[in-house]
Amino acid sequence: MSAAPVVVPAGPGEPVHVLSVRVAAARSRRHRRAATVVAVASLFALAAATASLLLGAAGLGVGDVLGVLVGQGSPKAEFVIMRLRLPRVLAAILAGTGLGLGGALFQTTLRNPLASPDILGVTGGASLAAVGSMLLLGLEGPAVSLAAFAGALVVAALMWGLAWRDGLTGIRFVLVGIGLASIVAGLLGWLITRAEVREASEALVWMVGGIAGIGWPELATAGVALVVLLGLTVAFSPRMPLLALSDDSARSLGLDSTRARATAIVLGVGLVAVATALAGPIAFVALVAAPIARALVGHGQAALAASAVVGAAIVLVADLVAQHAFTGFAVPVGIVTGLIGAPYLLWLIARGNRRGSDG
Amino acid sequence: MTPSAPHALRADALTLAYDGRRVIEGLDLEIPDGRITAVVGPNASGKSTLLRGLARLMRPESGRVTLDDRDIRSFAPKEFARRVAVLPQQPVAPDGVLVAELVSRGRHPHRGWFGGRSSDDDRIVAEVLEATGTAGLAGRAVSELSGGQRQRVWIAMALAQRADIVLLDEPTSFLDVSHQLELLDLLTESNREHGTTVVMVLHELNLAARYADHLVVVDGGRIVAAGEPAAVMTAETVGAAFGLDCVVTPDPVAGSPMIVPIGRFHRG
Repeated sequence: MSAAPVVVPAGPGEPVHVLSVRVAAARSRRHRRAATVVAVASLFALAAATASLLLGAAGLGVGDVLGVLVGQGSPKAEFVIMRLRLPRVLAAILAGTGLGLGGALFQTTLRNPLASPDILGVTGGASLAAVGSMLLLGLEGPAVSLAAFAGALVVAALMWGLAWRDGLTGIRFVLVGIGLASIVAGLLGWLITRAEVREASEALVWMVGGIAGIGWPELATAGVALVVLLGLTVAFSPRMPLLALSDDSARSLGLDSTRARATAIVLGVGLVAVATALAGPIAFVALVAAPIARALVGHGQAALAASAVVGAAIVLVADLVAQHAFTGFAVPVGIVTGLIGAPYLLWLIARGNRRGSDG
Repeated sequence: MTPSAPHALRADALTLAYDGRRVIEGLDLEIPDGRITAVVGPNASGKSTLLRGLARLMRPESGRVTLDDRDIRSFAPKEFARRVAVLPQQPVAPDGVLVAELVSRGRHPHRGWFGGRSSDDDRIVAEVLEATGTAGLAGRAVSELSGGQRQRVWIAMALAQRADIVLLDEPTSFLDVSHQLELLDLLTESNREHGTTVVMVLHELNLAARYADHLVVVDGGRIVAAGEPAAVMTAETVGAAFGLDCVVTPDPVAGSPMIVPIGRFHRG
């Protein structure tokens, strides 16, 4: 989608005060559009969440669900909603928000639509650590989540260490990340082949990402961590438009670009690590959420808020599909996002090659 | 518009290097305040590197650059950007960003930590759009513009910083002759009206000689000549720095020195 001209060409010699009103109008129109996108995507997510609460084998009606939400539900409805469906919806929202926003921070900061934490091995590091902790150390429950969180941080730190050279250049970071992602995938395959079938199927959720069977304590931990990271990202966000320019441009406008980029990457890694520790590496959400958001808001903007909401909406919708579209069995949500995301990745690479550029 | 405050930008024994390879060595330079300085030199002479050093885009290996007798590295990033604006060589705008948005980014050094904008911002953006003749493009995407339009938009962004010193790295490259003149006229106007100190790296010697008050010739990482164009632009200097046999004659329009290259087949 190309940006529509939002200012009528001014006549020559138009008074500056009239022109400055036009400048303000162009800006506020962009802001309104971003706000509209966030509102519409939120409604979309809300609809998917509602459907997720209502649909299912238990045969609950709207009344049952509302009853539970106001504390008046039957024991059966109470169990289905409070133990199964609501945690699932909340997990989808938290994971989608973290992945979508983390992906937007990565792609804008590194100025490359391929540079998302799932392509660069950050979520893969979480998988590897989680699966390794289960299969090699026999850990389970929250300890596995903690291992996943640590795994994402370790891969990010490695990437940083290997890519650093008098500062951080985008393309070097991306190439190192893709290399690390391959190594991580190889190690993961090795772990799985030497595991028993039962263990391997338990490990599956940590390989493709899933939001079934997540308890309230994990949700609360992830929720608090996510709110803190969201707050920090909001405080940081005025720097994003400058980071999207070249390093020299950003610096000449008074931004310490190395430090700002480092901050954005650390925030992105934190968000993705929280999401992945909760729900595993739900495939491609980090890659596709931000480009969808940017296309809706209008290009040339980081579209952080929209990316977060679009990420949540994607996971909610994908989970509806994962649970109800395949008759007889439900699949982990990561399988569905993978089916959507893989063609997009191919398209992105094909388009990049045709244009002879990275994006 | 308040006239700019006097500023002294200078380099003392400045050495700049990439990965240990020295490009500028022990260079001393003083930028005349409120004037237009052009830095010229053959390819790989270090002229762009010198500009990056003055612009605080490179850490000196030794020596220093000072602004009003203060090491430029001791300024906070925004504090420096309020005094010195820089237009890097061939800057890249993100896909789809609008002209008005890009130019507004020039106001960043004047904003607080949370990026709150003052009511002055829109007025100043409007002023520089008007001054650079890009007002009619305000709502267009930068990526849709022609090379000449795009370059004027970047200059508008640098002018929106309202810095007293503006540094530009080859602002006219990839522009045809008429757009080169238009751009240099624009910088001259900013210099005459606001007293902005302009320092630019230029490729085109005759335009440099015509538009600059002060000419700096760089070769092999050192300054080989500096001063008024009439004094600096001699056949000897051009021959030594550029390896070019030429005749220097007064420019019929401006009276500034004009270089007429000779070439192998036209020797008398």
